[in-house]
Amino acid sequence: MRGRARFAFAALAFGYAFLYLPIALVIVYSFNESRLVTVWAGFSFKWWQALFANEAMLQAAWLSLRIAFVSATLAAAIGLAAGYALVRARRFPGRALFGSLVVAPMVMPEVVMGISMLLLFVGSERLLGGPDRGFLTIAVAHTTFSIAFVAIVVQARLSDFDRSLEEAAMDLGATPWVTFRTITLPLIAPAVGSGWLLAFTLSLDDLILTQFVAGAQSQTLPMRVYSSVRLGVDPQINVLATIVVAVAASALVLSGWLTRQRQ
Amino acid sequence: MRAVIGIPFLWLGVFFALPFLLVLVIALGTNNPDAVPPVDLGFSFRNFALLFSDDLYLAAWLSSIRIAATSTLVALLLGYPMAYAIARAAPNRRPLLLMLVVLPFWTSFLIRIYAWMGLLASNGTIDQFLRWTGIAENPGTILGTEWAVHLGIVYAYLPFMVLPLYATLEKLDMSLLEAASDLGARPWQAFLTVTLPLSFPGIVAGCLLVFIPSVGEFVIPDLLGGTDTLMIGKVLWDEFFTNADWPLASAVAVCLIVLLVAPIAIFQRQQAKSLERQ
Repeated sequence: MRGRARFAFAALAFGYAFLYLPIALVIVYSFNESRLVTVWAGFSFKWWQALFANEAMLQAAWLSLRIAFVSATLAAAIGLAAGYALVRARRFPGRALFGSLVVAPMVMPEVVMGISMLLLFVGSERLLGGPDRGFLTIAVAHTTFSIAFVAIVVQARLSDFDRSLEEAAMDLGATPWVTFRTITLPLIAPAVGSGWLLAFTLSLDDLILTQFVAGAQSQTLPMRVYSSVRLGVDPQINVLATIVVAVAASALVLSGWLTRQRQ
Repeated sequence: MRAVIGIPFLWLGVFFALPFLLVLVIALGTNNPDAVPPVDLGFSFRNFALLFSDDLYLAAWLSSIRIAATSTLVALLLGYPMAYAIARAAPNRRPLLLMLVVLPFWTSFLIRIYAWMGLLASNGTIDQFLRWTGIAENPGTILGTEWAVHLGIVYAYLPFMVLPLYATLEKLDMSLLEAASDLGARPWQAFLTVTLPLSFPGIVAGCLLVFIPSVGEFVIPDLLGGTDTLMIGKVLWDEFFTNADWPLASAVAVCLIVLLVAPIAIFQRQQAKSLERQ
């Protein structure tokens, strides 16, 4: 038994070291004095100041946040409908097609989705005269691939759902819509919320799809990061990484704490 | 209910299914650099013929599948012990251990790959460490090789391997293992004959979750690989953005769907069916 415990400890120690050492180094070097991200030359907030004075980067971040908010909200609404339909509507024409359409974006390589959505927007530009490529087209593209993730979370929550509460409401004379709004929705709200958060994160992080459907004018944060990183390592990106990790970690800790409070 | 089905159906039909028809149409056209967009519509299989006759594309296919398969195997070898250890940890510790696996996934993908650029660069952290410890006097650069691409894929997709493995290992009935050891099986025999076969669904799910996105991967070979690292996602990207050959890029996309996504979808459907039958 002791041998097994030692093996488990070693597996976890190695795994977590592998996952976290690269991130830890990125964070350490965001406080480096030197421009080189491999040589330590003393502590400094120089690159933090540089990032917060970097107008282009801040604008890109603001654009990304707005797109993520819009697309996560759209995806949460549509994904909620899709997940609900998959669990509750047992039979309707095209159900098999519907089921595969909902999950297909999860297995589709992003480059394929990128080129296909760009062709759609180019086609609509030629035939309908719009929309211009930019905020709107990026938001639509992000919504389309996020729907699947929301739908799956909602579907999982609905499949182990106690229907007797809904039946009680219906017996007491509530219409289906009132039942949904007062009973079902509050009960599955946590699932919709985590689906929204997932969609928000995916949108904020997406590079490939965005690169295809963004016009010449719009630059999201991942696009800026990518074009800067291609030229080599850049301490400002280390600062950005530190902020992202800090936000993600505190969000996870907060959500863990909230679920424990509820229990 | 009609709207509940209709709205997602319509959205996915217009923005997901319809675009694939367009890809097929464009793939049958020809490249015309002077037109805007640079395509002449038509009905020729020239692009597909090129994809199957030119060695470059064939090599890109094969090396994408090879790189994705070996990375998936490494991720399995690394992820299985982790998932096993988490599933056997004290129940009150499991949420924290799982959260630590998931946390990197919630940070930026691009930034996690960037982290490896500084580590692997010549004169980077690993390079310096090897020199400082005297393990290697003059280590070659890892950045820009296929080794770096493998590392990047394993690193980026490890959480996708651990989570489904954990889900099956956690549900495993411990009394089966006790029965095996009562009947005289050594721990490793019990593992090979009981735990491993029972966790097979998790192994399949984890491997698919790592393999599928890695085959079409673009960012990792672009940032960590070298000019000689051939992967099909990067080929599509270069045909589209660098050579502005939309029809050829579309043909690559069609092949990716037909040769990769469709077989996996069919395989998964059959797996689900055979599970239902059991």
